[in-house]
Amino acid sequence: MSRPIIEVRNVSKLYRLGSIGAGTFQDALKRRWALLLGREDPLKRVGEKDLMIPPDHPQAGPEPNTFWALKDVTFDVREGEVLGIIGKNGAGKSTLLKILSRITEPTEGRIVMRGRVASLLEVGTGFHPDLTGRENIYLNGAILGMRTREIDARFDDIVEFSEVERFIDTPVKRYSSGMYVRLAFAVAAHLDPEILVVDEVLAVGDAEFQKKCLGKMQDVAASGRTVLFVSHNMNTVRSFCTQCVFIEAGRAIAGLPVPSAIARYMGLSPEHAATSVDMSTLPRSFSALGDSIRFIRAELLSHPVRETEDICFGLTVNASESVPGLLLGAYIGVPGQRCLGVAQTELPAGLRVGENYLRLTIRGGQLASGEYVAGFFIRDCFRDYDYVREFMPFVVEPAVTEDWTSYWHPSWGSVRFACQVSTAHTDDTGAGRSAAPSPEARGLR
Amino acid sequence: MPAANYELVIEPARGWLNIRWRELLHYRDLTLLLVRRDFVSKYRQTVLGTAWFVIQPLLTTLVFTVIFGNVAQLGTDGMPHVPFYLAGLLLWSYFAQSLPAIGSCLIVNSNLFTKVYFPRLVVPLSIILSNLIALGLQFVTFLAFWAYYRFGTEAGGAMQANWTVLLFPLLVLQTAMIAAGVGLWLAVITSQYRDLQHLIPFIVQIWMYASFIIVPLSEVPERFRLWTALNPMVAVVEGTRYAFLGKAALTPLHVGVSAALTLAVFATGLAAFGRIERKFVDYI
Repeated sequence: MSRPIIEVRNVSKLYRLGSIGAGTFQDALKRRWALLLGREDPLKRVGEKDLMIPPDHPQAGPEPNTFWALKDVTFDVREGEVLGIIGKNGAGKSTLLKILSRITEPTEGRIVMRGRVASLLEVGTGFHPDLTGRENIYLNGAILGMRTREIDARFDDIVEFSEVERFIDTPVKRYSSGMYVRLAFAVAAHLDPEILVVDEVLAVGDAEFQKKCLGKMQDVAASGRTVLFVSHNMNTVRSFCTQCVFIEAGRAIAGLPVPSAIARYMGLSPEHAATSVDMSTLPRSFSALGDSIRFIRAELLSHPVRETEDICFGLTVNASESVPGLLLGAYIGVPGQRCLGVAQTELPAGLRVGENYLRLTIRGGQLASGEYVAGFFIRDCFRDYDYVREFMPFVVEPAVTEDWTSYWHPSWGSVRFACQVSTAHTDDTGAGRSAAPSPEARGLR
Repeated sequence: MPAANYELVIEPARGWLNIRWRELLHYRDLTLLLVRRDFVSKYRQTVLGTAWFVIQPLLTTLVFTVIFGNVAQLGTDGMPHVPFYLAGLLLWSYFAQSLPAIGSCLIVNSNLFTKVYFPRLVVPLSIILSNLIALGLQFVTFLAFWAYYRFGTEAGGAMQANWTVLLFPLLVLQTAMIAAGVGLWLAVITSQYRDLQHLIPFIVQIWMYASFIIVPLSEVPERFRLWTALNPMVAVVEGTRYAFLGKAALTPLHVGVSAALTLAVFATGLAAFGRIERKFVDYI
């Protein structure tokens, strides 16, 4: 238990561009022949400027047209951890995945894995159309590293999970695509490795199937197995990763808590996030708002935002008339999902003509750690004066606390409902039944 | 596999022969299932099914008998035409089936290799094994024809099987090693240069004429014969004829040279394959 189940040490992968990959045998012979005669390589007519990777590129390799897809990647994974590997396209995620799956080898470095590994980069690898469902279960299982007797033991479960019992002895080329995918996933779902390496692209197909995939992965994670998960979907990452490796331009930042990794992915590193957004140029969704009152700028004043701390927004609002009895509010949402809720409050002094600077504070301890987007509105009882729906990303970081009562499971959503508990015993006289809630009982505050 | 002391190390390959034999053993079920896949997928939805394994060499023999035996009147060491050609074709078809399949195995299975890891040698091994089944069926057919010609025809009197028949399994092994050795080399080269893929059928065809299947080695002047040992398939073909028909132009030196060459090509093929098996997906 003391040693990590996966140790990745200084793993680098050098790729060569162009010359070798696109070569034909004839080209290779020409090159050899030229070398033999001491002539210049006939195929190397490109000047320095034509190089695909300029020598000063941060990922440029030791020779022209080579580049480091991964450079000095080092991280550990502890047993039972669900590690999310995130990064933009081309950052090196797939290369890392291929190396971890042993599809290709690293150019440098070393990885130690202490457990049986199964990697799922695709479902149904090696399915043969002419073979029956039964035969394909065995073949696919063996390709994924199972022994025949292991498949024997799980065969009935696999068939049941796939829901294709009636067609199990029919060649899979006669299956509908849905049946095919279900059968393929059923085999993958019944692998029993200690370490599971999964690519998110696995979760293709209809929404229901995706849900089934993710549910199964959640089961695997819940049973204490170690999962490495490559994903673009931050919601999925947030809902079941316990830690993240963020990959950028071939380099990895390891050991990140999930929210800050997600923040990096979304381009807002916690240290220097865009804390100020010019709202004057943002498109308004409803043109009949008029322009008597306009949001000019929004700022995130609390920085970084911790779970327990208040979230402060500074808003610059331009008003061309003075309006009394206004309501200022913020939409709080999760990226890509519907709005979580709204915080709104009356503007006691109203707005005066010209620029107004308003400070909106949302009490801390209500939002769980994660990434959110905020939007703002200003209205009175008759009309909206101005509103911009969720546009401003911000991150709530976990509280720096050892207090076990503040524990939050990723699957619990985003809202911490404030609550209190009172104990009512039948022999109580009724007096003092609802004691004032202790700070602990109210959650974090 | 016990998890406690199971440890897998991934690092750049070093050394000359990078074959993880134990892992290959662990994947023996996969090997057998791939054999089954090859076998089943080839003959499913055919009326005659596995009978094709028998029909193919018989048709070739028929063609040879008519064209080379009767029309071109090429000699057969005084043997009846049918058993002469059948004996030559027996291990040759094993070779000719296995070589191109192994040679293209990396390209053909690239969708598999780029998605999941298993010892790459499993695939060539399964090709060797599944063709071995075909060889078994063809061998039975050959024995039937041999028996008919030996005991049922007058010309069969010239056919003298001898104790070297017991060494036939060694010839099978040698054929498998040549096919694997050359095939792995071809696989290594075609994974980088696709050109060779188009050449393989011609290589096999020319190789057949150079393996003395149509004419016996005795047609070659004696001083040139040892040169033919450079093609180890000559020893295989002639060796089969010697064992079952009792006539061949082989010398112990010839056999020795072929055996050494076979070992060399097998070992280097394995080494070359071992060198690229863990990185060919980068450029395939």
